[in-house]
Amino acid sequence: MVANLGYGALILTFLVSLYGICSAIYGGLKNQPRFVDSARNAMLLTWPLLTVTALSIIFLLVYGHYEIKYVAEVTSNSMPLYLRVTALWGGQAGSLIFWSWLMAGFASAVTLRKWDRDREFLPWVIVVSLVTLMFFLSLSIFVENPFERWWQTPTGDVVSAMFQPANSTPLVQADGRGLNPLLRHPGMIIHPPMLYLGFVAFVIPYAFAIAALITGRTDDRWIRVTRRWTLWAWLFLSLGLVLGGRWAYDVLGWGGYWGWDPVEISAAMPWLTGTAFLHSVMIQEKRGMLKHWNMMLIVLTYDLVIFGTFLTRSGVLSSVHAFAQSAIGPLFFGFIALTFGVSMGLLIHRWNSLKSEAQMTNLLSREALFLVNNLLFLSVFVVCFWGVVFPILSEATGLIGQAIPSLAVIFSGQKVTVGPPYYERANGPLFAAMMFLMGIAPLSAWGHSTSKTLGRAIWKPALVTLVVPVLLIVLGIRQVAAWIGLTLAGLVFFVTAYEFWRSALARHRAHNENLFAALWKLAGRNRRRYGGYTIHIGVILMSLGIMGIEIFQTETQATLAAGERLQLDQYAIQYESLVEFPTADGREVARATVSVYKDGQFVTQLYPRRDFYLESQQPMTIPGVRSTLADDFYVLLVDWQPISTQGATFKVYHNPLVNWLWIGGLVFILGTLIAAWPDREMEMQPQRVARVAKAVEQVGL
Amino acid sequence: MRPKFIIGGLLILAAVVYLIFSSTQVNAEFFLTIDELVAKNANMTGKNVRVSGAVLGDTIQYDAQTLTLKFTVVNVPADNKEIEAQGGLAAVLHEAVSDPDRQRLEVVYKGVKPDLLKNEAQAIMTGQLGQDGLFYADELLLKCPTKYEEAVPEQSDQTQ
Repeated sequence: MVANLGYGALILTFLVSLYGICSAIYGGLKNQPRFVDSARNAMLLTWPLLTVTALSIIFLLVYGHYEIKYVAEVTSNSMPLYLRVTALWGGQAGSLIFWSWLMAGFASAVTLRKWDRDREFLPWVIVVSLVTLMFFLSLSIFVENPFERWWQTPTGDVVSAMFQPANSTPLVQADGRGLNPLLRHPGMIIHPPMLYLGFVAFVIPYAFAIAALITGRTDDRWIRVTRRWTLWAWLFLSLGLVLGGRWAYDVLGWGGYWGWDPVEISAAMPWLTGTAFLHSVMIQEKRGMLKHWNMMLIVLTYDLVIFGTFLTRSGVLSSVHAFAQSAIGPLFFGFIALTFGVSMGLLIHRWNSLKSEAQMTNLLSREALFLVNNLLFLSVFVVCFWGVVFPILSEATGLIGQAIPSLAVIFSGQKVTVGPPYYERANGPLFAAMMFLMGIAPLSAWGHSTSKTLGRAIWKPALVTLVVPVLLIVLGIRQVAAWIGLTLAGLVFFVTAYEFWRSALARHRAHNENLFAALWKLAGRNRRRYGGYTIHIGVILMSLGIMGIEIFQTETQATLAAGERLQLDQYAIQYESLVEFPTADGREVARATVSVYKDGQFVTQLYPRRDFYLESQQPMTIPGVRSTLADDFYVLLVDWQPISTQGATFKVYHNPLVNWLWIGGLVFILGTLIAAWPDREMEMQPQRVARVAKAVEQVGL
Repeated sequence: MRPKFIIGGLLILAAVVYLIFSSTQVNAEFFLTIDELVAKNANMTGKNVRVSGAVLGDTIQYDAQTLTLKFTVVNVPADNKEIEAQGGLAAVLHEAVSDPDRQRLEVVYKGVKPDLLKNEAQAIMTGQLGQDGLFYADELLLKCPTKYEEAVPEQSDQTQ
């Protein structure tokens, strides 16, 4: 009953979307506002309809309707309520519905804005949103239907189908298989929704970009309208990535936060191009340059969002995130090819109207440094893309190796994969270069900047930065990577702090306010700028955590008898005891007690655990962690002798500075909020008015 | 003024291409079957290899004190379609361990013995082939076919 209701609402959404697309195209082409309004109403209807669909699935999940295939796959009787609800995005069919629901919500919210000045965009924004939505709906209806039921045919076969096959009987099970234990974590409530919100929100700026290309209104209006949407999309995506890292650190038990897993990378790729986009639109707004580039970036970001969803959901790659193999791969590929092709076609069609209004003349000007920053983000993206795609293509590219023998070492025709060392080695120098830019770019000027002016601006913070390498010498740290990384981090920090200080001081003198009030007002007045600087500080703090793990992490493992100790750096653990007990929700838990000593002094006890999920026969390792701002001491119970409980094997990690990764993440989010928060600011900025006036003058009007 | 931008752009491009190609070359892991690995022995010694095989339960030796694990794996096809054609992973693994004529490989792994390491499990190992013909695994992943197969529900709970 409920399943039929949800399915009916899904079909109806599909038809409404189809109508909305047709109506919007007709209204847009023939300039018929009535049809556009009708399409907008269709758009607004999709969200309540999909809400019915999503609530139906949640109802079935919560009440354990195991006759539904999806429910049986992702829930079981022993799962708590919150996990049953979040199981909506615990499997492929449900997560596609969740995607569509979020997409419909975002697109509806956009159509509710005031359109007075941008009415010509409206039909095309609706078309792009609804086409995207319809693609996902068609996957749900035709390929991955979450409402399919199990049936038993007279021959004894069990089949899954939406409608009862002839002569079959329904098959109702008493219990389901349950969610993958790795996903049974409070992180499940927030990490996937944030990532998905980030994904779908990036559809909005793309929709406006396409609307601008179709209507020919190719000034920077589309960028101004979508600036905040893009920032929110970026905020959600960043938050999703950071939360994913935290979740991995807490449960995956390798002592790290990021494994260069193809699925992690595919979520980071739209973030990389989106970050490049956020920076380069500023050049278009301020200087009227890089218009083609911005269009390409947003198209790329949109298709990477679709590609990311595809990689996570198709089973093409094996990883912790991937669900089972399915037939949706070719459909995703087709859709990506189609949208990319059409977008590029439109861009070429409007190529001439997107000419730059100014020329880049100076290598050290702000816009040139922004351009380099963009190239670096794109380079990291290319490194990642190559790492994900090359293993899939490695056999086919053997032909290149045969044709050009000097490239045969790479294109050998063997099936090859690349692991974390590849990404670290290729991206390391790029990250360092980005940090260097982050240090000098805020002090360079728009338009004209020379090494002399830049030098004058930067010498004070650069001098203070020298403290960092001196400190490293005093501390006896020898790693070259640490020297470079920490010195660059110091440079960014001091430059940014100097920028805050200089501006606050100027305001303090001019307005006779105290320094804190000046800083507050300053940030309020130019939120994009100071929000951006706050984000930079966040990035620097995060980089401390990353360097802590990448450069300074140490680990060891051993089997200990009760009372024995294992030493790692200044820490030691002593194995005390181990208990094994079953839990009410179907786990067999082994929990060890270890005492932690630092420099010989007892500091705390930790309880690393291993939970064995009986129904899915999967173990899960939960670390015992002592966490401080200086370092984390991370203990894993990996093995034990079940009978005597005399010996147990532990793996221990010492992770210096890792908490700064999470603290930096919070600062980063705060900075994005400062930049993205709505305000009453006038949209036309003075320099923009001046530039338009000048342009008008030039054409002789 | 333009040329310096073009030169700058080309420099960045060259640096990125160099980084990608050299990193790929240094860190590439070759996917091989045990047959291929043994056949190419000389070529592959010391290179990063990812190889998979069916575990022979009787050969598993584990020393909990030194955390040294030794076992032997038997050649299985690497291609998913081939595995499907031969009746699925479970059947392929079962057949492999029962066939004494198949190519075998001895594996040495430093670390904790995984729970899933048992007879007829599929071991996926990353490591290097040593001069002594033993495979030194840095990373060991295990798959047990029964747990990962798309399960069709048991028919005992049926109503009506």
